[in-house]
Amino acid sequence: MATTNITIPARSASGPEGKHAPARMKFYVDTKRCIECGGCEVACKNENNVPPGIARIRVVTVNEGQPGETNVAVPCMHCSNAPCVSVCPVDALFHRADGIVHVNKDTCIGCGYCLYACPFGAPQFPKGSPFGKRGVMDKCTYCAGGPEEAFSATEQELYGSNRIAEGKLPMCASICSTKALVAGDAEEVANVVRARSAARGSAAGSWGWGTAYPNN
Amino acid sequence: MRGGFMKLTRVTESGGQYPNPALMDGLQTGVSRRGFITAAGMGVGLAAMGPSLVKEAKAATDTGGNPRKLNQIKTICGNCAVGCGFIAEVENDTWVSIEPWFEHPINQGSLCSKGSAAREHVISEKRLKSPMKLDGGKWKRISWDTAMSEITAKLQDIRKKHGPDALMILGSAHHNNETSYALRKFAAFWGSNNIDHQARICHSTTVAGIANTWGYGAMTNSMNDIRNSQCVFIIGENVCTSHPIAMQHILTAKEENKAQIIVADPRFTQTAAFANKFVQFRSGTDVALIYGLINVILENGWEDKSMINDRTYGFSDLKEELKRYDLETVSDITGVPVADIVHSARLMAENRPGTLIWAMGGTQHANGTSNTRSYAALQLVLGNMGKPGGGCNIFRGHDNVQGATDLGVLSNTLPGYYGLGVNTAYKHWSNVWGVEHNWIKSRFKDEKIMGKKGFTVARWYEGVLMDTKELGQDVNVHAAFYWGHSCNSQSQMDRIKTALDKVELLVDIDPFVTTTSILPDRKDGVYILPAATVYEQAGSVTNSNRDIQWRNQVVKPVWESRKDLDIILDLADRLGFGKEFKKSRNGAWKELPEDITREWNLGMRTIGMTGQTVERMKRQQEWGHAFDLKTKIAEGGPCDGEQWGLPWPCWTDKHPGSHVLYRTSIPVAEGGMGFRARWGPKAPDGRTLLAGKGSAPVDSSLNEGYAEMKNWKTDLTGKVFEDAIAKGLAPYGNGRARFHVWTMKDDPVPKHREPLHSPRPDLITEWVTYDDVKDHYRVPTLFKSLQKKDWVEKYPLILSSGRQVEFEGGGNSERNCWWLVELQPEMYAEIHPRLANNNRIKHGDLIWVESPEDTDTQPSRIKVKAKVTRRVSPDMVYLPFHWGGVMSGKDLSHKYPEGYVPYGIGESANTVTNYGYDRITQMQETKTGLCRIMKA
Ligand code: SF4
Ligand code: SF4
Repeated sequence: MATTNITIPARSASGPEGKHAPARMKFYVDTKRCIECGGCEVACKNENNVPPGIARIRVVTVNEGQPGETNVAVPCMHCSNAPCVSVCPVDALFHRADGIVHVNKDTCIGCGYCLYACPFGAPQFPKGSPFGKRGVMDKCTYCAGGPEEAFSATEQELYGSNRIAEGKLPMCASICSTKALVAGDAEEVANVVRARSAARGSAAGSWGWGTAYPNN
Repeated sequence: MRGGFMKLTRVTESGGQYPNPALMDGLQTGVSRRGFITAAGMGVGLAAMGPSLVKEAKAATDTGGNPRKLNQIKTICGNCAVGCGFIAEVENDTWVSIEPWFEHPINQGSLCSKGSAAREHVISEKRLKSPMKLDGGKWKRISWDTAMSEITAKLQDIRKKHGPDALMILGSAHHNNETSYALRKFAAFWGSNNIDHQARICHSTTVAGIANTWGYGAMTNSMNDIRNSQCVFIIGENVCTSHPIAMQHILTAKEENKAQIIVADPRFTQTAAFANKFVQFRSGTDVALIYGLINVILENGWEDKSMINDRTYGFSDLKEELKRYDLETVSDITGVPVADIVHSARLMAENRPGTLIWAMGGTQHANGTSNTRSYAALQLVLGNMGKPGGGCNIFRGHDNVQGATDLGVLSNTLPGYYGLGVNTAYKHWSNVWGVEHNWIKSRFKDEKIMGKKGFTVARWYEGVLMDTKELGQDVNVHAAFYWGHSCNSQSQMDRIKTALDKVELLVDIDPFVTTTSILPDRKDGVYILPAATVYEQAGSVTNSNRDIQWRNQVVKPVWESRKDLDIILDLADRLGFGKEFKKSRNGAWKELPEDITREWNLGMRTIGMTGQTVERMKRQQEWGHAFDLKTKIAEGGPCDGEQWGLPWPCWTDKHPGSHVLYRTSIPVAEGGMGFRARWGPKAPDGRTLLAGKGSAPVDSSLNEGYAEMKNWKTDLTGKVFEDAIAKGLAPYGNGRARFHVWTMKDDPVPKHREPLHSPRPDLITEWVTYDDVKDHYRVPTLFKSLQKKDWVEKYPLILSSGRQVEFEGGGNSERNCWWLVELQPEMYAEIHPRLANNNRIKHGDLIWVESPEDTDTQPSRIKVKAKVTRRVSPDMVYLPFHWGGVMSGKDLSHKYPEGYVPYGIGESANTVTNYGYDRITQMQETKTGLCRIMKA
């Protein structure tokens, strides 16, 4: 099995040499923006050729149909201290250097322990034959393919596309209707979140539910 | 197999300048959209990691991979009228993937679920692969030649026996401008006005209502312009579901401007969840609600006096009508507490400019035209018209419904709203078509019927069913073409089915097998022809805000499908008028579809669809990044000064387009204009219809009201336009917007009228509906005689229909896309927990929804799953209207040709939506009916 050669992205190219520090890729879902359009879900299928029945990302609605209704798109969060990586009995789950959590489908035995451990329900188990095309456990790859050679036919077939290797962001975040779904290096994601809350902060009335729904 | 379309490798040419979309909403202080792209290389974005990784990627493919160069094609989403762009990636004529088109000024790369599933419309296994014919009760595969020769022979036969008006053509809002234009021209060359399309049942009441107010019937501002709003009042539209990407602009207004978002709707919609204020009102009481708001505004002196004095007509008549709407009365009619009416009015008055957004929640009513006129009145009173950040942002449905409307795929007008005048409209268009006026006349039965409005989408089937004595033409309809149009989006499905059983020839032209083909119970006489999807044909499309964008063809038509335009041309040839059809004042068509664009450029003077040349449209595709998100204007480059999409009126090929209509703060040459002086200088009552002194667009040689220029609608040389613009004058004059429309005899000023099926019978006497009408679009239409007081005793619940985000219209394409059906696998009815519990119904139970018999002998019913949710009020039932393939509890799967049952089938809401049609346009009433439910 070929190992993917990861180049660590530059965090800042300021000085003449630039400071190289490992990126930590993260998702963030802006719950004040997500409109439950399902664009991310379909885009993921289109990009990664995800088979029916598998949802690598799913939009969850809290308080559906009531004041306070909020939507959250839930992919694999690629946790830094990932419970799934800790519990996997055969070490099929692992971190890449940039923090993306991958599953090695050659090693995975499909026991489902990761599903117990994952707070987000990210691990998916294809219906039908466990030895089907997408193997035993399937989950969001952060559009970074898998532990096969980048762009190889095997990688495409087992894991889907490898946008990270192409220098692109995951597809779901790229097409998100309202830019609710944010992806990138953790620091950059944090900057976006910070900028947005600063923009919203100054007129609390505009966002407060109390003002919006005095009767509720 | 879907896997067969999967891409193996991509090579980025961009050198890794992949922008982070999160930074592209124009919200980050100091980082503009364009600013960011420059900043990307400086480590702001992930893009900084790009180049080195791209190199790795190339190296990897050099050694073991399978490097492929993909052709990137910019195109426009074929679902809704937001008009989002994306980049299709194609290899060997196979569409393998989609990349975001980040530089597209409307959507900045974003796509909702429908747009993201665009590729599946082409690769779906359910695509109709060849023409089919119903023969002895069995579907048979036939060749195109056989199909076309049999169909045209039958048409000629019908024409010989019954004349040209025995054919009804139902066109499509998914056809591009060139196809729409050709189809309308085809109907004229065939010799009938019996042609219509979905706009009839989507925004016909908007067009009639607001064109009669200020001249044009279209959305006055733009999606992008909402970024300039301080207040966004949304009534009868669920943006999150119906126009998802428009939320980008609305949320930007909310975050950046602290704009007040007010949602008025009978349902707590997904959009209501984003509102600062939610106003829940009874379905069908819009006029009363709006008049309540206007009354508060007037009582407090918040109205824009100079707008009212200088630029409107009939305000005193409006004031007279307003007397009937004191706040207690309004509250009683609408169910909205007085305090909420006052608070909403205050928010609108204090936060200007504000925009008003509506869609089918406002239009699909028996008094829909009054609703749209009342919305327009509110914006005039607030002085929000003709301003960036203001206007009536009327969200239209399908991708090209605005274009198909503009190009007159309607039974009441030729292209460009010229009407049907035999010696005016038909004369102008004969001139453009390059044929003899007399020859066109000879195609019709007689001049009387040539000038008479045809049947509509809403009720064409009565032309099959009713006795000719009741009809406005002396023959029945014997042949129907459903062309890119699924019949389950029309109400009265029971009657439609009976008509489809009876009509001699039924031709269904669509990329998929539609509900129309499988609904009738018959043994023969039905043909299904495989049409290409929008992505398999090129042409221009007009989005909701009048932006005309060129849509590139992504792949060749798949299987045996053909481009709609090719089918039209083939029909014209076989029917014997092909040669005349392809003539044009510009010279015979050679380059298609471009020569058709050039032909409509020539003739569409009224609305200024004259300056959007093929060359300009194609050039804009490459310069998306040059356009500003808020002004839509390009800065520098070859498109310098142009507005994105060259929104009409774009008078000449030098004009930039006009994305904010009726704006007087800029010169005509830059897109300025007053209200259209459409009804002469004086009203019949003697009052002036020309704008007041000082209210002309800046740099005008006449700073006052003035009449329209002579011959501006028919001068094909363009000289009238050029002269007017040189003098700073709008070719259509500078008039007043009308609160009072004397030609609308029942409602010179809009009135609240109780729905035909009113849940408040106590209000019917005072707020009565219209008298019945004979010969309305060639059919009789009932109002008063159906407005019975006792409906509500048996049918106590309000019935309303609407959208799901994944589907559109009849859902015919989307229900054949697995990715979308996976998200919404089943039809359902939304009911409130209280209603559910009172009827012993649990979430997921099957229930019957039953509606009044109306003109039939029996009530109609559907069996659906109950979705118990607080989204609806306890007195209503809400149904999504995209479903088909099941009728009144019966699964119709067995009636589809083998292998063509869509992934998603379900009961059609329109089996139970009630009878009811707009007095002016015959829009169907689908939002305020009555029904009852019971556990199945
Ligand atoms: S695309 Fe964006 S807005 Fe739409 S559901 Fe996904 S995260 Fe939410
Ligand atoms: S359906 Fe409408 S909002 Fe969704 S991607 Fe297409 S054009 Fe955009």
